Amino acid sequence: MLAFVLRRLGVMLLTALALTFIVFALTNLQPNLEKLAKSEASVRMSDDAVRAWLSENGYSGTMISRYGQWLGVLPGWTGATADGTATGRCVERGVAAEATPRFCGILQGDWGQSTVFKKPVLDMLGRALGHTGWLMLAVMLVMVPTALLIGVLAGMREGSKTDRVLSTAAIATTATPEYVSGVIFIALFASATAGISPLLVEWGWLTGRKTLFQGTATSAMDDITFWNFALPVMTIALYGIGYIARMTRASMTEVMTQQYIRTARLKGVGFGQVVMKHALRNALIAPFTVIMLQFPWLLNGVVIVETLFNYKGFGWTLVQAAGNNDIDMLLACSVVAVFVVLLTQLISDIGYVFLNPRIRLS
Amino acid sequence: MEDWDPSKPILEIENLSISFFTRLREIPAVMDFSCTVMAGEAMGLVGESGCGKSTVALAVMRDLGKTGRITGGSIRFKGRDLTRLSEEELRHIRGSEIAMIYQEPMASLNPAMKVGAQLAEVPVIHQNMAKAEAWALARQIVADVRLPDPDRILNAYPHQLSGGQQQRIVIAMALMAKPALLILDEPTTALDVTVEAGIVDLVKDLGAKYGTSMLFISHNLGLVLDVCDRICVMYSGEAVETGNVEEVFTSMRHPYTQALFRSIPLPGADKNARPLISIPGNFPLPHERPPGCNFGPRCDYFEKGRCDAADVPMETVPDAHRHESRCRKWREIDWQAPPKARIAKEKLPFGKVVLRMDDLKKYYSVSTGAFGGGSKKVVKANETLSFEAREGETLAIVGESGCGKSTFAKVLMGLETATSGQIMLFDENVQSTPIQKRGADTVSQVQMVFQNPFDTLNPSMTVGRQIIRALEVFRKGDNDADRQRMMLDLMDLVKLPRAFAERMPRQLSGGQKQRVGIARAFAGGAKVVVADEPVSALDVSVQAAVTDLLMDIQRENRTTLLFISHDLSIVRYLADRVMVMYLGHVVEMGTTEQVFSPPYHPYTEALLSAVPIADPTVVRKRIVLEGEIPSAMNPPPGCPFQTRCRWKVQVPGGLCDTELPPVRDLGEHHQIKCHLSAEVLATMEPVIKVAAE
Amino acid sequence: MEPLSWGAIFAKAAMQFWPVWAAMLVTFFLSTALKRRLGLYGKLFDSTVGMFGFGIVTFWVFTAVFADQIITHDPLAQLSGMKNALPGMAVKSPAEGGYPFYLFGGDSLARDVFSRMVMGARDVLKIAPAATVFAFMVGVTLGLPAGYFGGKLDTFLSFLANLVLAFPVILLFYLLVTPEIVQTGIPVIFAAILFVFPIVFFTILFNSRFHMNPAKRNLYVGLTLALGLWAYSGLAFNADPVGLFSMDPNLLNVFVSVVFVNSPGVFRIVRGLVMDIKARDYVAAGQTRGESSWYIMLWEILPNARGPLIVDFCLRIGYTTILLGTLGFFGLGVSPESPDWGSTIDDGRKLLAIFPHAAVVPALALMSLVLGLNLLADGLREESLKD
Repeated sequence: MLAFVLRRLGVMLLTALALTFIVFALTNLQPNLEKLAKSEASVRMSDDAVRAWLSENGYSGTMISRYGQWLGVLPGWTGATADGTATGRCVERGVAAEATPRFCGILQGDWGQSTVFKKPVLDMLGRALGHTGWLMLAVMLVMVPTALLIGVLAGMREGSKTDRVLSTAAIATTATPEYVSGVIFIALFASATAGISPLLVEWGWLTGRKTLFQGTATSAMDDITFWNFALPVMTIALYGIGYIARMTRASMTEVMTQQYIRTARLKGVGFGQVVMKHALRNALIAPFTVIMLQFPWLLNGVVIVETLFNYKGFGWTLVQAAGNNDIDMLLACSVVAVFVVLLTQLISDIGYVFLNPRIRLS
Repeated sequence: MEDWDPSKPILEIENLSISFFTRLREIPAVMDFSCTVMAGEAMGLVGESGCGKSTVALAVMRDLGKTGRITGGSIRFKGRDLTRLSEEELRHIRGSEIAMIYQEPMASLNPAMKVGAQLAEVPVIHQNMAKAEAWALARQIVADVRLPDPDRILNAYPHQLSGGQQQRIVIAMALMAKPALLILDEPTTALDVTVEAGIVDLVKDLGAKYGTSMLFISHNLGLVLDVCDRICVMYSGEAVETGNVEEVFTSMRHPYTQALFRSIPLPGADKNARPLISIPGNFPLPHERPPGCNFGPRCDYFEKGRCDAADVPMETVPDAHRHESRCRKWREIDWQAPPKARIAKEKLPFGKVVLRMDDLKKYYSVSTGAFGGGSKKVVKANETLSFEAREGETLAIVGESGCGKSTFAKVLMGLETATSGQIMLFDENVQSTPIQKRGADTVSQVQMVFQNPFDTLNPSMTVGRQIIRALEVFRKGDNDADRQRMMLDLMDLVKLPRAFAERMPRQLSGGQKQRVGIARAFAGGAKVVVADEPVSALDVSVQAAVTDLLMDIQRENRTTLLFISHDLSIVRYLADRVMVMYLGHVVEMGTTEQVFSPPYHPYTEALLSAVPIADPTVVRKRIVLEGEIPSAMNPPPGCPFQTRCRWKVQVPGGLCDTELPPVRDLGEHHQIKCHLSAEVLATMEPVIKVAAE
Repeated sequence: MEPLSWGAIFAKAAMQFWPVWAAMLVTFFLSTALKRRLGLYGKLFDSTVGMFGFGIVTFWVFTAVFADQIITHDPLAQLSGMKNALPGMAVKSPAEGGYPFYLFGGDSLARDVFSRMVMGARDVLKIAPAATVFAFMVGVTLGLPAGYFGGKLDTFLSFLANLVLAFPVILLFYLLVTPEIVQTGIPVIFAAILFVFPIVFFTILFNSRFHMNPAKRNLYVGLTLALGLWAYSGLAFNADPVGLFSMDPNLLNVFVSVVFVNSPGVFRIVRGLVMDIKARDYVAAGQTRGESSWYIMLWEILPNARGPLIVDFCLRIGYTTILLGTLGFFGLGVSPESPDWGSTIDDGRKLLAIFPHAAVVPALALMSLVLGLNLLADGLREESLKD
């Protein structure tokens, strides 16, 4: 078991290195750097000036060496400006040259400076992740139980009316990407001119505000309420519910046709007990993996929903960083995203083994 | 249910009809089926696949699924009509009064529940027993089914047990509530013969001990003879003959039963002097049944206008024990007359040696452990294999699962290369030439016939196209028209209608697919053919026809046939020489005569005794092997068979535990790998004796 | 003129779609009449779900085909006074013979939402199926050997696939679909690699089948290479001498990114299917016949994996549609003017709370197309599992 986890961790690390390098390379492409130079220094710079600015700011080394510096396994670049002040990756204003560390990459905890927010990346990221954490928690709490329930109910009697209705509903939600369901939700529940809010106001059921739910979640960053959080949570959860429910249903219907379910039935076990005691555990093995592997997609949902509802979490930060060529911020976001994905993969692998005695004990 | 009179039948099925309903039509699966099972009686339900025997069993359990429905008749269990019970009433009967055991033990057990919990569940449901008490009962029953170390087994998950152990658990589960009726649906088909023998003994003993009635479903007539008191032969949804087992076996009164017995290899059958007689034609599809007698079109005694006039009722045969037959002409047929169609054939003289193996070894290294890590282990799939095969000869390779017979075939075909040793094919050394490096000639001369007819043909290519492809690859024929002609000739050779060339494999029956497989193998005029259990997945009546076909082609082409099988009856029937394998070792080799008569290798002896024979006049010595077949990954030291050998005590000095026995020649090339002294070997008695008539 | 009532809006919209209704009627009539002879496609008409899905999909396909006949206004034209017009609003100063209404209203740039939605269908259905086909070519060509041979090759390819799959899609798009990337020429390199797979696939396909018959082999392989390389030069390098095949650099970038994101998924499915099928006896029969590995993969294994692959193909077109929408939603679409659904939703969402129609119409269109594809896939799956 330990060997397995270690091996998985090794592969994970390799994947993380490969992925961060790709992101690093793509964000540090020459055109991007030129754009950065122009936005940081002056928009109307000549090509020569751009080149000079880049070499002064340590962007002239090879891609590998700069990646190494960013990672913190190679010493940060050093140089001097025309007037003789020492510059370098690790140089900070007000810190003496002797006290300047040689290495200052993400391994040393130096994630760089955000050019958009003009703040250290780590501060920004921490706050954003905090916001997103609440969102994800709420999504998971809504999504997983609902999806499993729907899946099990639909799958336990294949072809029944319940199955048909629930399956079709699940298919419909998987056909609705977040940017569609979000738009529809807002139009239905958070528009002062369309959907149900005007009706509610007309009937006098809604007083004090114009819409039933709020169309933005900005206020949820300080204070989460049902009215400002329900729509973003539902928007993300909806797609996942359909997806996980379909997996659960497929797994459940397969289990229900197994010989051992017939054995149980012919032992005289009642239908409820057959489902609860014999089918459920076997049927949940596959969806567990799916739930875990759902994370990369959830991340997508988070980006879309945070943009749509203006909720300044991780996804919103990522969009801002990407849209404004904020290289350090974007790199940091990628590292987080990649690790979240890899970590969930690892958990899913280990969990699968624990849920499945066939593998655990062989 | 206390008012039930034990002298009345436990189970009484009357005029039962069952249909399955699909989108397009109603498919009648069972028609007008009646049978009676008395208390303590074991009833065998015999027939080929698709005859409806399992459907009857499921109908008794009232578990026909969504599409199946009982369309007529009654099933009375202890006087109550099961067809009218509610779901709740059924639930009380299932598991407590009637229990069922099926073919695949692994699939019948819940993989995520401990064995003990699955067993204890039964009394908890039906008798409201406390959990601890239920586990205690489970422990006792597990001991009853002769499983060692019951405590360990109760706490194990199903996959930690071997197939034989799993089936014992399934039996234990069925016995937990001491049911009055036990339904066994092919309970041993998925198991090896030596394991099967143990299960059969157990079922018989437990039946007697608990006084349980049994409905035993099988396609294997020999097994039914071993287990049952009464038999009901089914054909295409109908019972055609019922009676006491011995009566039906010795004086059958239905042409189908007779044809069935003539098509199975019993001791005394011989491929040259007394060849088997296959039943002509095919099993009718459920919606294409003929009018009148279902067996009519395939029956030797068919009389137009009489047999196909109207439905044939069951008639009682006088002077017998509840013997009935569904035949219009049973009174007029001369049941003692010898079969007409039997044509004796010339024995084929053997030619020169075409294949020789010397000290062939094949080891695999596999990684163990669930997570891909762990240590590497060496599996010795084949150990020092040496033999030769001549032109026109049939060499049978016999053994149970894991004995290495399939690996041997792979190495010979070039799908794997040998670890060491030599294979001489004609004049070529091929032990380390993988198939890609062999010339088209060599490849076309060594071909293979596969076991599973449903798997042997590519489902998305027409039959003709697949044979033509083989011709193309073997570089036969000059152009497409040429190959088309050759393909049609091959269809003739395997006795398939030429029109079948345009069909897709799914439109063919199992036997027909196997014929196409044979045609494909012989497309390049193969000289050596490896037949890996070519008929074991086919129905009995088809087996004979396919075997015959193989031997006819062999006769014509002077092919060397390497016949891999676990079925000793068929091996005795068609093999010239036999090689018995156990855990990668050849333990005995000789002519069929030598291997099937004493002195035996102890494993051969056990194997012979384990094979059920459908002939009441044959007396068999019962030798039931203890324990399981060891894993090839972890073979015992010394003699591979020592863990299960009953003769081991006769070898002094514990030699069996420490030393691999040498190959000894008992004269006339009869080789045996055993430590037993010549004196002990001489005391061995024949396992099978035909009672004097 | 008075604005139209809701009933009138839908009636008039339905009338605009008349070529679609006609084409659908013909399709359904022919298909149900011949359904017993059409294999899996015919069986689809036995499943309510499948037929419903097929109906939605054909609706959008025909909409894309007949878009020019259906639209009421030029999708890029901005008519004065129609900014954020509500659905059914009459055009202020209709041109001679011009359609007098904005059926589904106007967007923030006073363009006709209805016409943009219809044209958007053409945009989406031009790219999504084609990108999925390419993704399948890549996934199949790599998945077959990975599953069949296993070992180091499999480990390596699976690692690569997992690498791509571990990327959050949006991040990947933000990195790949930027004007800066187009400058560096990376999309062209990607295209050069990804577009070569179909040529490789068909060359091996024909070669493995006809290698013992050189005349036939040369004909098929030659044709493949000639056609393939011609298209390849145009699509990947925009260097088609005749000028028939070409792709706008922006479109190429989007296309390549979508193919790139989709291929690992196909790879994984194909690999799994191959590992399952390669244990069959007919594969062993091919091996003992001395067939080449590629023949076995392409002619013995692949045709028997077609069921699940067709189902996945339908699902994946839907998924690709969602991806394209995502790109549009983040303003990474083909071109800012383009009426594709994602971009239109993005445009419309700024005024979502006040004028929802501009975003809701394309949103519902996209949802219905994906729903149709999913239902179609479900129906196909169900029918292919039966008998």
